[in-house]
Amino acid sequence: MAVLVGENTKVLVQGITGSQGEFHTKLMLEYGTKIVAGTSPGKGGASICGVPVYDTVAEAAEAHKVDASIVFVPAPFAKDAALEAIGSGISPVVIITEGIPIRDTMEIRAVAHERKIHLIGPNTPGIIAPDECKLGIMPAHVFSKGKVGLVSRSGTLTYEIAAALTNSGLGETTCVGIGGDPIVGLGFIDFLELFAADEETKAVVLIGEIGGNAEENAAEYIKATAYPKPVAAYVAGRTAPPGRRMGHAGAIISGRTGTAASKIEALRGAGVHVAEKPTDVARVLSSLVGK
Amino acid sequence: MKLYEHEAKSIAQKFSLPVPKGFVVSTPQEAKDAFDRLGKPSMLKSQVLVAGRKKAGGIRLVSTSEEAYSISKELFGMKIHGEPVGKILVEEAVAAMRELYVGVTVNRSVGCYTVLASTEGGIDIEEVASESPERVVRLDVDPIAGLRDYEARIVGRRLGLSGKQLIDLAVTISKIFRIGMTYDCELVESNPLLETKEGGFIAADFRVLIDDNSLWRHQEFQERIRRRDGEFTQIELRAREKGLSYVELDGDIGVIGNGAGLVMATLDMINYYGGRAANFCDAGAGGATAERIEAAFEIVLSNRRTKALFINILAGITRCDDVARGIVSTKKRIGMDVPIVIRMVGTNEEEGRRILEEAGISFLESMEKGAREVVARSRG
Repeated sequence: MAVLVGENTKVLVQGITGSQGEFHTKLMLEYGTKIVAGTSPGKGGASICGVPVYDTVAEAAEAHKVDASIVFVPAPFAKDAALEAIGSGISPVVIITEGIPIRDTMEIRAVAHERKIHLIGPNTPGIIAPDECKLGIMPAHVFSKGKVGLVSRSGTLTYEIAAALTNSGLGETTCVGIGGDPIVGLGFIDFLELFAADEETKAVVLIGEIGGNAEENAAEYIKATAYPKPVAAYVAGRTAPPGRRMGHAGAIISGRTGTAASKIEALRGAGVHVAEKPTDVARVLSSLVGK
Repeated sequence: MKLYEHEAKSIAQKFSLPVPKGFVVSTPQEAKDAFDRLGKPSMLKSQVLVAGRKKAGGIRLVSTSEEAYSISKELFGMKIHGEPVGKILVEEAVAAMRELYVGVTVNRSVGCYTVLASTEGGIDIEEVASESPERVVRLDVDPIAGLRDYEARIVGRRLGLSGKQLIDLAVTISKIFRIGMTYDCELVESNPLLETKEGGFIAADFRVLIDDNSLWRHQEFQERIRRRDGEFTQIELRAREKGLSYVELDGDIGVIGNGAGLVMATLDMINYYGGRAANFCDAGAGGATAERIEAAFEIVLSNRRTKALFINILAGITRCDDVARGIVSTKKRIGMDVPIVIRMVGTNEEEGRRILEEAGISFLESMEKGAREVVARSRG
């Protein structure tokens, strides 16, 4: 079993008539994702790659059974699009769009939380259950069905590490990018919980990067729950220059967290195997779970 | 986008948040004239965007017009943490009963704005927060409802205020929060917020940092966006114009990649194999197109220390064929006089490889091999 998506997931593409929306609709269809409808306000009645286009999510959801939505709508309109999907009760909603104002994301996240909708992103490559459903923009060929659950803050590093898992023969149950923005929907801990409950997932890979304290919080969770499956991690940014300071308030809120050293120390303290290089993650896992 | 103190304070005035009376000046003569108009002891405050200007000597108290002239002349010749002082805010010195701190910022882990307030403001607020966290009151704000007036009063009570002071502080906090919402701020902060002898509150310092992603809905800053030289170097500004994110470092290997995580991992790996990056350019935002790759080349190679270049592309939303076209056309146009190591896999990989092969450009599949190779090539 994969988490959140699977071979029967019926997908809605919001912003399907845009260049990215259309390009990735084609690739997702080629992968075998069951895309049943698209939306693009003012373009209802059109058809993209054989997928019917509606003006509103409500019409699409009335004409088809929709289980998930993926949003390619440009940043100025993305909040409205995401709220439209959430308003129709669709879950999960995956927001691919980059550059959404933080305040808009806060609002989307709060509404999703209230409505108990799984929100992934924004600024995410999406989620993929290899051989079943690709709900995102990731290059398909680096993934293969297997036994590792992967959750990441970075898009391209996800592909890097997934490719290594695939080459090593371990394969993946589900790979998900939680999004690269300061505020995102579901986080590391949400996916650690989902992977813990998924029988086919035998081990978890967590890919972090500097900034914020999501990795430290995940480490605390792993420790506190005596997490039942082996976890390997990689944290990018050991040699990156420190990011810009956000006044005194930023320092007060983040305290000593945020650096690669702080994250690696917290994860190691929780029994997580932290790899020195992204290419080492698959090697570390092979020794933990065998093939 | 960071605003200068004087810009932030003119926003404060629009929201009738009291700030000290003052004038922005660009020459010692103007500083002297401003002092004379204020007619009392004044602060000369260097207008720079870097933090810690007070500890660096960028804020001075002057009591005579001669001092205003000579000390401002000194300040205009200064660089504060590398940033030259182009303007000075000459501001009346306000007698204060005590210094408070009020800030509103994005709380990443909770996903909301958090109001922070303390009666122990001033330059040591961070130490206060880490050593006695109970002295900084925190309040997480519901993203949909916003800050309610009663919540601002709760913050005031938790700071131990009562009577008119409590009401005044709550109103001040509400105004600061409203500024934050109106301008899509990542941070609004007054430190110190002075409590005057008369019992009111005055924002002696005021900082505003606007979320770059929201600038499209703030037309009033369209002109200002073009003048961000306090925040970025010239070359960083040029990169931003092209939609690239560029950062200068102190090694000798140029790095072009797509996606922040991959670029950071590339730097880490170069370091692991004993090399050091000269700079890095993330061409990934919204997909690395041929034009972006060309621009990235130009920018990274403009750093004269670059002895070798590593292009590490793992394409998702980016397409390898676009990247390959960018590499080929750059090679034709500007030539390549430094060794270049290319690693490229992902979306439209086959087509991308065909384009590179036809142009006689070699490439690698593994990032690890690429990093080792570029470190070796940088040593000649």
